[in-house]
Amino acid sequence: MTPFTPVLELRDVRKTYRLPRGQKLKAVDGISLRVMPGEMLGLVGESGCGKSTLGRCMLRLDDVSSGQVLFEGRDITTLSERKLRPLRPGMQMVFQNSTAALNPRRRVGDLLAEPLRVHPGPDGRRRTAATITARLHELMALVGLPASALARYPHAFSGGQRQRINIARALALSPRLVVADEPVSALDVSVQAQIVNLFADLRARLGLTYVFVAHDLAVVRQISTRVAVMYLGAIVECGETDAVLHAPAHPYTAALTAAVPRPVVGAAPAMLLRGDVPSPVNRPAGCRFHTRCPQAQVRCGVEEPLLRAIRPGHEVACHYPLGGEHRKV
Amino acid sequence: MPADPMPLLDVRNLCVSVPANGGMIRLVENVSFCVDEAEIVGLVGESGSGKSVTAMALMGLIDSPGVQVRGSARFRGQELVGMAPRALRALRGRDIAMIFQDPMTAFTPVYTIGWQIDEQIRAHERLSRRAARARTVQLLAEMGVPDPARTAQRYPHQLSGGLRQRAMIAMALSCNPTLLIADEPTTALDVTVQAQILELLRGLRHSHGSSVLLITHDMGVVAQTCARTLVLYSGRMAESGPTATLFARPAHPYTAALLDSIPPLYGPRPHRLPAIAGLPPTPRERPAGCAFGPRCAHVHATCLPAPPALASIGPGQQAACVLPAEGTPLPPRATAQATQP
Repeated sequence: MTPFTPVLELRDVRKTYRLPRGQKLKAVDGISLRVMPGEMLGLVGESGCGKSTLGRCMLRLDDVSSGQVLFEGRDITTLSERKLRPLRPGMQMVFQNSTAALNPRRRVGDLLAEPLRVHPGPDGRRRTAATITARLHELMALVGLPASALARYPHAFSGGQRQRINIARALALSPRLVVADEPVSALDVSVQAQIVNLFADLRARLGLTYVFVAHDLAVVRQISTRVAVMYLGAIVECGETDAVLHAPAHPYTAALTAAVPRPVVGAAPAMLLRGDVPSPVNRPAGCRFHTRCPQAQVRCGVEEPLLRAIRPGHEVACHYPLGGEHRKV
Repeated sequence: MPADPMPLLDVRNLCVSVPANGGMIRLVENVSFCVDEAEIVGLVGESGSGKSVTAMALMGLIDSPGVQVRGSARFRGQELVGMAPRALRALRGRDIAMIFQDPMTAFTPVYTIGWQIDEQIRAHERLSRRAARARTVQLLAEMGVPDPARTAQRYPHQLSGGLRQRAMIAMALSCNPTLLIADEPTTALDVTVQAQILELLRGLRHSHGSSVLLITHDMGVVAQTCARTLVLYSGRMAESGPTATLFARPAHPYTAALLDSIPPLYGPRPHRLPAIAGLPPTPRERPAGCAFGPRCAHVHATCLPAPPALASIGPGQQAACVLPAEGTPLPPRATAQATQP
């Protein structure tokens, strides 16, 4: 593996769920992307856009329906569980619901030790009890919890502390890739800031590569180098964080950023997008956003726009991207 | 505008205590505020700060055994605390209505939403079923529900989150309440739908002349919606005042720290977010002095013996902090967030 091999690569990944009466729910509808070493990719979108499903597919917690998932250049799409297991330590997940992710009947020390017991150490042999204990103390220090936390049960901690425990567990096996699904959205602002800082610190110290699945654009901006915006199962815009959030090319991204209630009195009122996200079961033909798009034209209802680069590193799936030569309003 | 001699809602020293371990624990301590006619007031705080308990106490919806509600809450001069259940029931829904965070659990799943809105109208007014349904459909239409007559015939689970919340607001407004208490009405919604609902709430002042007490944890929602804001911390008032003043010149270190810990969407990106260390105390272990003291960067000896009293800072602004009185008020906030795109 060279520094130019993506840590994670998705090639036309699709995830379709079969519903009764022959209907199909296309949760992920043809997504290709690359995550380079050290990158922090923010995956944003509204509920039901498929961002969590995509996050799970990245780590093969869910099997994809078609397409390829490559981890560090290796195709893991169809690897058996047994062959996948040695790769698991390299890729870990942090879940949104910190309470549900921790077994309430086991002490924090046991919860964190489990991955260390299941997976062999770097020398290929089982870790000894002493190595495990040492690692547990290291992990607690890493996420800012006292060592005494190891002897306690999850219920004894606050939401923010539980999320620290989840992060510690994800880091136990020194992964290269961490996928975090809404890791701070259940937390209060003051605590959320602590966890956001923790992610930044951990990246600096451990050289991690992150994928953040989140709906809060301000949080995503704080922790991502690149952002991919999803709508109804597809990426509609992708590029450097501030390029996408401050000069959005896709009308959906523009509507999304405008709708964020900013903590500024007298800030421009949000641009209103009408209606709700259509059902992914029968998504609109043509551009998937055209039913709500304030700029939609006839062509948008017929021909599906493909993701294309409008400048280096900034891709958009729109026939008439904002700020382009097509529209000078 | 001359100040109304009697505000629509006047809450003074509201306290809510629950029994625990043989004693009483104060969930809400001495909360005072008022809501004027056609005004939107924000009640902000983190989880456990007592904002929902305050609202439930106002509505007389706390009926757990042993719970004590003390203090005074006057709605148009009528005392709500200790009001007879019958009188309160006549008021609730007609003059004061409430909307909740999760419209899925606030509606019963076994009746259509039209049926449920009709029921509320007919509970307060003598109307035929047909007339009630006509009002329901009209209300749903006013709330921006597409195809209102058909939507009224649907069950809560058949509607999207945004539509359910609109139906809930329609139900709350069905008897033209003068005061609407909205408890985290947009928290469960996506931002584009949230923007629509906030627009709706802002419009109620003009379309229905309603006042809104908006409970939220989101400072962004407050900034865009509320004329005045009340900040709660651990069941006590930290600060209150006109929203613009509070954001520009917060007088309580908690308000300032809370605003600073929000990551900015525009402007320079801080290397680290100024997070508030630690956690809010639970009501049980609330310190004797200022509840924010253990997390405050400015804490000193005078903060410790007793909670600082609410002191007037400027026009309409009050803060429960000793700093202004000691001549060392907080500096105005650097408005990095104000940078427009």
